[in-house]
Amino acid sequence: MARITAGLTTSHVPAMGMAVDLGKTEEDYWRPVFAGYEWTKKWADAEPPDVVILVYNDHASAFSLEMIPTFALGCADSFRPADEGYGPRPVPVVQGHPELAAHLAESLILDEFDLTLMNELDVDHGLTVPLSMVYGQPEAWPTKVIPLAVNVVQYPPPTGRRCFNLGRAIRRAVESYPEDLSVQVWGTGGMSHQIQGARAGLINAEFDGAFLDQIVSDPEALALLPHIDYLREAGSEGIEMVMWLVMRGALGDRVEELHRFYHVPASNTAVGHLVVTPKEG
Amino acid sequence: MFELSAFDDIPGTTVFTAERSRQGYQLNQFCMSLMKAENRDRFHADERAYLDEWSMTEEQKQAVIDRDFSRMLSLGGNVYFLSKIFASDGLSYVQAVSTMTDLTVDEYQAMMLAGGRSIDGWRSVSERP
Repeated sequence: MARITAGLTTSHVPAMGMAVDLGKTEEDYWRPVFAGYEWTKKWADAEPPDVVILVYNDHASAFSLEMIPTFALGCADSFRPADEGYGPRPVPVVQGHPELAAHLAESLILDEFDLTLMNELDVDHGLTVPLSMVYGQPEAWPTKVIPLAVNVVQYPPPTGRRCFNLGRAIRRAVESYPEDLSVQVWGTGGMSHQIQGARAGLINAEFDGAFLDQIVSDPEALALLPHIDYLREAGSEGIEMVMWLVMRGALGDRVEELHRFYHVPASNTAVGHLVVTPKEG
Repeated sequence: MFELSAFDDIPGTTVFTAERSRQGYQLNQFCMSLMKAENRDRFHADERAYLDEWSMTEEQKQAVIDRDFSRMLSLGGNVYFLSKIFASDGLSYVQAVSTMTDLTVDEYQAMMLAGGRSIDGWRSVSERP
């Protein structure tokens, strides 16, 4: 039987990916950011999962305004890095797990989560930067990945509670898959940031710290936080943090926090990162 | 039912609602077209001519030519789409985003290094001078 073995959250700032691609991770600006992922890299190398369900948002790369799916599941064999306007990132093609993705699609839709199913999908920095932060620059990614793209570009994104409940449904779906697979769920984006308007540059470390605490200890209450609180307190792009709740819903009632990291800034953004495992009983 | 007008209380912030998405549809789709190298080349060779291929408003076209990102936001632009314009100009997010504030790029960068813009005074328009 497949099982969810760990959850991970991380920011996916494009400049972090560029720092990796351009060999700048040892520069003064970037060293403290990448230091926060050293523990994770060792942990990840020791126990690579078979599959990562990677929750992220597309940034006007694969999805224009022609179509705006709230939840889109990547069902293809593989996913190419998107050309975001300056050429694709020099990272490996992401290998999917179409069998588990098909099972997820069937289970989740029958569980009343009406997903959009993607048989072609180019993945942008929202998906590839987290892989770079955890796995560095391998020839091939050490795990298969099922992308789950969430609309956070046009208001309204799904509610926190919807994301949390989708995570719970993903857990049920994974646990009903007959093959013995180790599956991780990653929630990406955030933390506080605003990249538009006169208020651009907003960072709210107090909000972020409370969010990191509560997503570990009391996610059910956190899931009720309304959109306007994210927008006001964490900045217009801080709304991405609803995606972390998909991860948390998938991990079960109680989790053990293995690693936490928080740093300001990377470009315009507060970087937040957690690694958790399910706690039985 | 949540009232969208509640967003107006958040200062210096434009929430990309369905209404703004309709208003900015052609502007944002123009931005998407810049993801292709050949379109970037045509745009940079003659911006006006390239923009005239899109049924954007005159105001939207002028805002693009002026690289007035605040104006583009107010005319329905979304920053993830507008990023295709400044990326094609060779500007970073920090460089472009700072132009929407009252800070210079250097001041903005210094603010980020010092921990970012504090939320104090920026939660509600009632807190603004």
